[in-house]
Amino acid sequence: MNFEFDVIVVGGGHAGCEAAGIAAKLGSKTLLISIDLTKLAQMSCNPAMGGVGKGQILREIDVLGGYSAKVTDLTTIHFRMLNSSKGPAMWSPRAQCDRMLFSIEWRKYLESLPNLYLWQDEVTDINFDSNKNEIIGVKTRTGADFNAKTIVLTNGTFLNGKIHIGTNNFLGGRIGELGANSLTASVAKLGFIHNRMKTGTPVRIDGRTVNFSELIEQESDRSGKFSFDSNYYSKLPERKCYILHTNVDVHNELKKGFKFSPLFTGVIKGVGPRYCPSIEDKVHTFAQKDSHQLFLEPEGVSTYEMYLNGFSSSLPLDIQYKALKLLPGMKNVHILRPGYAIEYDYFDPMQLTDTLESKLVKNLFFAGQINGTTGYEEAAGQGLVAGINAHLNAINSETKFTLARDQAYIGVLIDDLINKGVDEPYRMFTSRAEFRILLRQDNTDERLVDLARQFGLLSEELIKKIEKKYDIIDSIEKDIYERSVSPNTINQYLSKINSAEIKQKRKLVDIISRPEVKLTEVNNIYNIYKNVNTDQNFNDILDQVEIRIKYKGYIEKEKLNANKIERLDYVKIPDNFDFNLLNSISTEARQKLTRHKPKTISQAKKIPGVSPSDINVLLVYFGR
Amino acid sequence: MNTDTTIVAIATPPGMGAIAVIRLSGNLAISIVDSVFVSNSKSKKLSKQKAYTIHYGSIVDGNRVIDDVLVSIFKAPHSYTGENIAEVSCHGSVVIQQQLLELFVRQGAQMAKPGEFTLRAFLNGKLDLSQAEAIADLIASTSETARRVAMHQMRGGFSNKLAELREQLLKFTSLIELELDFADEDVEFANRNDLVALINSILAEINKLASSFSLGNAIKSGIPVAIVGKPNVGKSTLLNRLLNEEKAIVSEIAGTTRDTIEDTIHLNGLNFRFIDTAGLRQTTNEIESIGVKRALNKIEQARIILYLVDAQEEKETILNEVNKIAKKITDSQKLIVLVNKEDKSDSNHVAPVIDELNARNILTIATSAKFGQNIEELQQKLVELGKVDMPENEDVIVTNVRHYNALINTRKSLEEVLKGIHNNISEEFLSIDIREAINYLGEITGEISNEEVLGFIFSKFCIGK
Repeated sequence: MNFEFDVIVVGGGHAGCEAAGIAAKLGSKTLLISIDLTKLAQMSCNPAMGGVGKGQILREIDVLGGYSAKVTDLTTIHFRMLNSSKGPAMWSPRAQCDRMLFSIEWRKYLESLPNLYLWQDEVTDINFDSNKNEIIGVKTRTGADFNAKTIVLTNGTFLNGKIHIGTNNFLGGRIGELGANSLTASVAKLGFIHNRMKTGTPVRIDGRTVNFSELIEQESDRSGKFSFDSNYYSKLPERKCYILHTNVDVHNELKKGFKFSPLFTGVIKGVGPRYCPSIEDKVHTFAQKDSHQLFLEPEGVSTYEMYLNGFSSSLPLDIQYKALKLLPGMKNVHILRPGYAIEYDYFDPMQLTDTLESKLVKNLFFAGQINGTTGYEEAAGQGLVAGINAHLNAINSETKFTLARDQAYIGVLIDDLINKGVDEPYRMFTSRAEFRILLRQDNTDERLVDLARQFGLLSEELIKKIEKKYDIIDSIEKDIYERSVSPNTINQYLSKINSAEIKQKRKLVDIISRPEVKLTEVNNIYNIYKNVNTDQNFNDILDQVEIRIKYKGYIEKEKLNANKIERLDYVKIPDNFDFNLLNSISTEARQKLTRHKPKTISQAKKIPGVSPSDINVLLVYFGR
Repeated sequence: MNTDTTIVAIATPPGMGAIAVIRLSGNLAISIVDSVFVSNSKSKKLSKQKAYTIHYGSIVDGNRVIDDVLVSIFKAPHSYTGENIAEVSCHGSVVIQQQLLELFVRQGAQMAKPGEFTLRAFLNGKLDLSQAEAIADLIASTSETARRVAMHQMRGGFSNKLAELREQLLKFTSLIELELDFADEDVEFANRNDLVALINSILAEINKLASSFSLGNAIKSGIPVAIVGKPNVGKSTLLNRLLNEEKAIVSEIAGTTRDTIEDTIHLNGLNFRFIDTAGLRQTTNEIESIGVKRALNKIEQARIILYLVDAQEEKETILNEVNKIAKKITDSQKLIVLVNKEDKSDSNHVAPVIDELNARNILTIATSAKFGQNIEELQQKLVELGKVDMPENEDVIVTNVRHYNALINTRKSLEEVLKGIHNNISEEFLSIDIREAINYLGEITGEISNEEVLGFIFSKFCIGK
């Protein structure tokens, strides 16, 4: 039995699995501790990965050596590219997965890593040497002490988790699972600030008792996947999703339960997410709306259990049930378990650096929902970054693994967390990324391949593949700028798509730049470019060339802006600078700056309470 | 930047005056001066003196006395920069100024960079950025109206207006973002027609503000008045008469003025910037033809055009000529015709011309630039016409190049948005241009911090201000 580790990961959710997986893969002797090892990477809420802003994160995880995208590909039962009617920066892949297989595939992967050890237990304490001011390891409920050089905390909703259904409430990390009720106090003793948040989940429904003819079907688009590695794809049968809408009767029924709602009676103290409200929140806040949209989603291929997306609730069970029966197709519904709300502890992420290591205690990392985020993808992305850095610390590397805002959504996520903090569960949106035209899902491999190579996150073979792909893209792009087309070759196509015909020879780039022209269509007809030496989908490659050409102006504009911001990154603030020296900064800003110790002007700029005029003072002081 | 140093600069305008002031700011400002200061009572030490006192004595370099001076002492934090300040008033000779400056630098002071005194005041919390900017304008203001506009800006009239527009754009962009991030949910979408209407109304506002810049400029630098007419009609003589000095070369040879000459006079609280131009005629002389081109150019820039004709010319010739020039005048410009050299002509000849032109609603005055005939009446008319344009207190006028540029950039971005909507491009691209517009507006209102903006602001301050 081993008790000495390089890295200990506390918590086996999406953040914990990614953290443990990558640390072990990079060579650290890693221990993953979870209260229930049969529920690794459990999808606690909806059985889906990706979505707007989140699909991009999943692809980033894939290029950075994580496993979430691959598991998603292996267990996909329904796939859609959201926002496909918008521009390429908005295209967002989303997949429904088989919930049980998802967890099983993760466990299989983790068990395949030689450096990774599993332990089923609850961590109760961080062992800390106060003389040396460093962590030693963790203590568990069963009385074991494990030592480690670095610790990653990924406790999700389990810290002092409290579940609410109507006026009924009880302790637990997820329904039917124990919470972790000692660790918060132990971490708080080290000086960390923590607070409460709330989230919720809807009812699970017996699909046999639903009349699907009353619902609107949504077909899957099988062609899509997440991982850039073509070896990972789903062999599972496809399942449909369904759309349905609430009505006034449902709302009236729900209103009867408001007086029992822990949200409205003030029993729940934690702050919930505004953008993913419970159904009672929606009915209450948008009283003028007679109808809200819901999705009924499959939970897997070997179960009839279904997930009613949009109907999250903490109302009493009988109210939930009565309201549910008034929905279309639900007259005879049987439910497997009610929706519920859960309150849990999170730690203020402003106590972390951009590696997700705490500022207060060296070698202690925080990742996932414990930092006030919500979503599997957000958690997994943090887990990956924390895992890589925990490994780097464990081998005493001077290098840090960080992602910039113009480099990755995960960079935006961490930058927001550590600089702005959270006042509601943080979910990724594309609008949080000021450079979203650069952070597309299609070019993730291009954006991150250099980092993957530098930190050894991908195999040489995969890196070569990515580089080859972009060599091809570069050369096709170059050719399009140089190649001329004559009227009699291209006009037939142009007239077919109602695009103005050309009168004399034109550069191909002028044709491709037209909004209505598709490079894949042009190539299908004229067969200019051939798929050589790559197993990638050639249409994807042509799409990327087309994006580069059509959106050149915008891409360059964003790059320019990104460089401007970067210049602020270079304006460093010395360690331990005494902000009280600057009389012209507001008192609030001085306190905030002193507390958060920004290292650059751009970090200082993000701290709430630090105004542009304060930044002007800093800029003038440090910059000139 | 290092604020531990003590900086020095000449605070009065460059060149020779009756007196000049050399200003030092920093910890050692007083002791540096003290080290070369000898009072009559010999024993007096400046560092022992109270703040806000003035001391008479000499500045010596070794045994050599450079000048007799007055030294004013201010102590931190109650000074312009918030630091110790010593101001040395010396005699205005350029040599003395230079020698004192060199001496102080040898004693440990450093030459101030442009705007550094104001910069230090800003860093020490004596001024905020918008105040600093308005102060730059105040320092530069040469007329009552310019001062009023600068004060109005300092009180925030301008930025309030823009902040309001910016707020509306922000609201709209958030609707677009909502639509992008919640595409699959039943959120209310941003209405394209509403967006177009909003952008058009903002563009109208921006155009109004941007076009006020030429007026703003007129307020700051003087209302541009072009003096135009055929060669040798007396333009330079008129300019000299108005300026009361021999600025332009006057001769009997037509075409003496080969370039435009500018100068400013102050009348009833308004500044007028007179532009004397080369005579308008077809010419083969190369230098003169460049001058003529510039003259035409200056007409475009002017707000008031003084058109001179020779009173000795035939009535029809004069009327034809005036007709031609009247066509070149735009709606925002004003024309005064001066029938000059009245002294050389007959009043029976001049009077019908004047009547005829006035009847055509062209303001016409008979003058003699040489003898000063009716010049006062001309000045009166200038003030009347100049005042028409001058803003009331509540009008928002753009006087600042930085603000003007930001407005122009905002306009460009918004026009891109309109183009994008027209081409039906996806919202995330619209959003880039909308955000850009929001940022440009924010640069003016100070909601965006930007190093270039700062560089721009502080480079406007001259050394020693």
